[in-house]
Amino acid sequence: MNAIVISAIWGVVMMFSGIFSKNNTVIRGTALTGLALLILVNILEMNGVLLFKVNLHGMLYFDSFNLLFNTIAFGSTFLYAILSGRDMEKVGRSVSDYFALIFFILCGVAISSSFNTLLMLFLGIEIMSIPLYILTGTDKRNLKSNEASLKYFLMGSFSTGLMLMGITLIYGAKGSFNLETISLGTGALTPMVSAGLLLLLFSMSFKVSAAPFHFWTPDVYDGAPTVFTSFMATIIKSAAFIAFLRLFDDAFGEMHPHWQLVVSIVTAATLLIGNITAVFQQSVKRMLAYSSIAQAGFMMFALVALNNLGRQGLIFYTAAYSVATIGVFAVLIKMKDYTFEGFNGLAKRQPVLAATTAIFLLSLAGIPGTAGFMAKFYMLAAAVSNGHVMWLVIVGVLCAAISVYYYFRVIQAMYFKEGDAQEMEVSSIFKALLVIMAAIVVLLGLFPQWLLDKLNYFF
Amino acid sequence: MIPVLLIVIPLLSGLAAFFLKGEKGVKTWALLSTVITLAVSLLGLTVLNKAANLHTEVEWLPLLGSKFSVGLDGMGQVLCLLTAVAFPMIFVATWNSSYKNAHNFYAFMLLSQAGLMGVFLAYDALLFYFFWELALIPAYFLCSQWGGEKRIAVTFKFFIYTFIGSLLMLVGIIYLYLHTPDQSFALESFYKAVLTSKEQGWIFWLFFIAFAIKMPVFPFHTWQPDTYEQSPTAVTMVLSGVMVKMGLFGVLRWLAPVLPMATWLNGDTVALLCVIGMIYASLIAMQQDDLKRLIAYSSIAHMGLMCMAIFVTSDQGLQGVMIQMFNHGINIIGMWIVVELIERQMHTRKISELGGLAQKAPGLAIMLVVVALANVALPLTNAFIGEFLLFSGVFNSTVSKVGYVFAAAGGVTIILSAVYTLNMIQRVFFGNTNTLTGAMRDIKFNERFVLGVLVIVILVIGVYPRPFLELTQGSVDTILSRMIIKHPS
Repeated sequence: MNAIVISAIWGVVMMFSGIFSKNNTVIRGTALTGLALLILVNILEMNGVLLFKVNLHGMLYFDSFNLLFNTIAFGSTFLYAILSGRDMEKVGRSVSDYFALIFFILCGVAISSSFNTLLMLFLGIEIMSIPLYILTGTDKRNLKSNEASLKYFLMGSFSTGLMLMGITLIYGAKGSFNLETISLGTGALTPMVSAGLLLLLFSMSFKVSAAPFHFWTPDVYDGAPTVFTSFMATIIKSAAFIAFLRLFDDAFGEMHPHWQLVVSIVTAATLLIGNITAVFQQSVKRMLAYSSIAQAGFMMFALVALNNLGRQGLIFYTAAYSVATIGVFAVLIKMKDYTFEGFNGLAKRQPVLAATTAIFLLSLAGIPGTAGFMAKFYMLAAAVSNGHVMWLVIVGVLCAAISVYYYFRVIQAMYFKEGDAQEMEVSSIFKALLVIMAAIVVLLGLFPQWLLDKLNYFF
Repeated sequence: MIPVLLIVIPLLSGLAAFFLKGEKGVKTWALLSTVITLAVSLLGLTVLNKAANLHTEVEWLPLLGSKFSVGLDGMGQVLCLLTAVAFPMIFVATWNSSYKNAHNFYAFMLLSQAGLMGVFLAYDALLFYFFWELALIPAYFLCSQWGGEKRIAVTFKFFIYTFIGSLLMLVGIIYLYLHTPDQSFALESFYKAVLTSKEQGWIFWLFFIAFAIKMPVFPFHTWQPDTYEQSPTAVTMVLSGVMVKMGLFGVLRWLAPVLPMATWLNGDTVALLCVIGMIYASLIAMQQDDLKRLIAYSSIAHMGLMCMAIFVTSDQGLQGVMIQMFNHGINIIGMWIVVELIERQMHTRKISELGGLAQKAPGLAIMLVVVALANVALPLTNAFIGEFLLFSGVFNSTVSKVGYVFAAAGGVTIILSAVYTLNMIQRVFFGNTNTLTGAMRDIKFNERFVLGVLVIVILVIGVYPRPFLELTQGSVDTILSRMIIKHPS
């Protein structure tokens, strides 16, 4: 609860900070303070200290699962803001507004990870999405950015429509928005419930860009200013996944056998389409867009398996994936040329950047010794222990092998190919931060214990 | 303590090497590190050969039931010794080669040594998987950065091949882990996993494909000749001398004893693949004009024989595999050193362009002939002991009804191997010199030293293999007892 209130307030603070100060450093400082505050109050809440006591009427529900996720999401945003915050200034003049929008999105993130009724789910997703439509279109003079924004908005509204329709049907069948009430006595599938369930499944698949509802993703990610793509591909995507998992776990968990096959097929399609299309991309940014679809496929395993391993694994996955992707994007933003050739010979000019990027990419590919491996391990373990979806596990494994192809293309370009000198402004603080993030990735990979301990403590 | 040192010394010295400056200094550093590792390995075999020194177990991921559990048994001793011997040999033999960004090169070499040691030492499946990949990643960077012209594409193929195998194995590991009584990755717990024969059947293939790609067994071998050809020779030595043994080792430690039923049932299928691979590779080797490709294909044939012997198990066959894993490593490293020496001076590996080297470099010729004859398994050389045991094991197999057929078909490859090896010696070393080979000088002291040591090892094991056989007898008994208990009949 702390986080929802504070992020909303801080969003307003950020809006006004633009009036009182024209100095971007001050604005960025304010935003970072706000984010630090969010992390702090969230950790406090995890330990039982509440700043606000509000009667929630059972609309929201806080447990260690979503509090831990929120902490990770805010932590990732914090990392993102210090790494790429300076690059927001290059997008346009209204930096304070961008940060305000980000805080509103975080409010939506906190709601959509802790909803207890379908109504709050809807609100959370919308609070998260609408500022995002604006952020996508912030590069006003760029036609691609405008197009992306419009596309995102239309697609997003369409999926929202589907979601509302689904919610309506579920409400009609069960007479309640409350997840617990919905899950009561749902062993049998009535046509209305199954239609509602499918519509909700489709709309959530839109939000997490699972195939075949992924078509907006590459264009939007590509068109949006790269700073915001980084944010969308990591924190937003993770939040949507948590919402997805919570919805299907809490409300439809009992009916799992009925929808497992559908979700498995969606997962397999996501894995295959994401990975295979990513292979053919010429721009690293688009490759990352498709790879985010591919990674979404792996996260779907949590939903397919729907067991404790999957739930824990999803949190771990979001952490591992967010840190690595934010890191790669932070480097990408500094590049003038987004093609694979643009990375040629980076290792010679910027050894630190190249080395850390390589670690992030290894993590995304799931190589042991990095956080990405432990994340993938959890997802595979969850699916294997479920027992019914071995075919999907094999598909996942083969897709992971395909993913090596496009992630390693960047490594190859950086290390083994000669390139022209490209001037880059990189501060030593930026490098130090990247090194710290790479260290986090490796430490999480070698000693996942401390994050797992947290998870296990709560489960 | 010994196992931890074997991993930690190359790991830390490798990480440190990234930050060292000056080629000479890094070379010395790397050599020193590997010599210390060798010393530790020898101490573990002799003076400190006590149970307390040879096993270490520390908590690692208690929540997952995975421990940092490393230990040395007879089989581990042999392979760790091979790893420990191979690296200083390689560094000395290639002392005169110079590499761009030498500090990175030696750092990756040391890291891959750490990975290899870890693979041979791990008694925990997750740890095993960790090291399995840790050995692969440096190899990827080594081949891609310092290899031949087509290195990037070729290494990529190699990497993706092995990565697919690894991931399939990971699925198998997870499945077994979930079926252990105490939810643990320990080897002992894997033994106790309760599985139906159907489950064993398909997990067998998940593991086997991973190991088969590494060995490589037909039809998973296609990455191998290209990679051997394109890699810098020092790396080829690591790949063919030590890294391919990971596959055999994996079968011996993690496949055959863990899934005995499936191993029995699929034995003939695998043996058939091996025989096909052996004959096919030998025939192709005969056609090669490139020295590296010739040795690469001959290696497929030799590895196929060892793999076959495991799957039509018998006491002798397994003993043969144990000793032959070491012998093959020594012999093939010797062959590569000779190729490296020729290529460095002549700038070609084409057999058709060479000739008459023996006149100009008699020292090299003598060494090569011994190594090559060992490769053909002539009596008095080490490989004779190994191959004799292998063949007699396969021939007397009680598991396979057609063991004698496999042995006979395998025997053909011995003849073929003699044909292409002797043909190669004749065309490269004898005959008349041409304008190119006229400029050949004889080998230098360090090269002479390394080859000399190899020749001594070859002859000593060839004449007196007993200590080796005694060392590995325990491991063979363990594996066999694990397998016989579960014999289906």
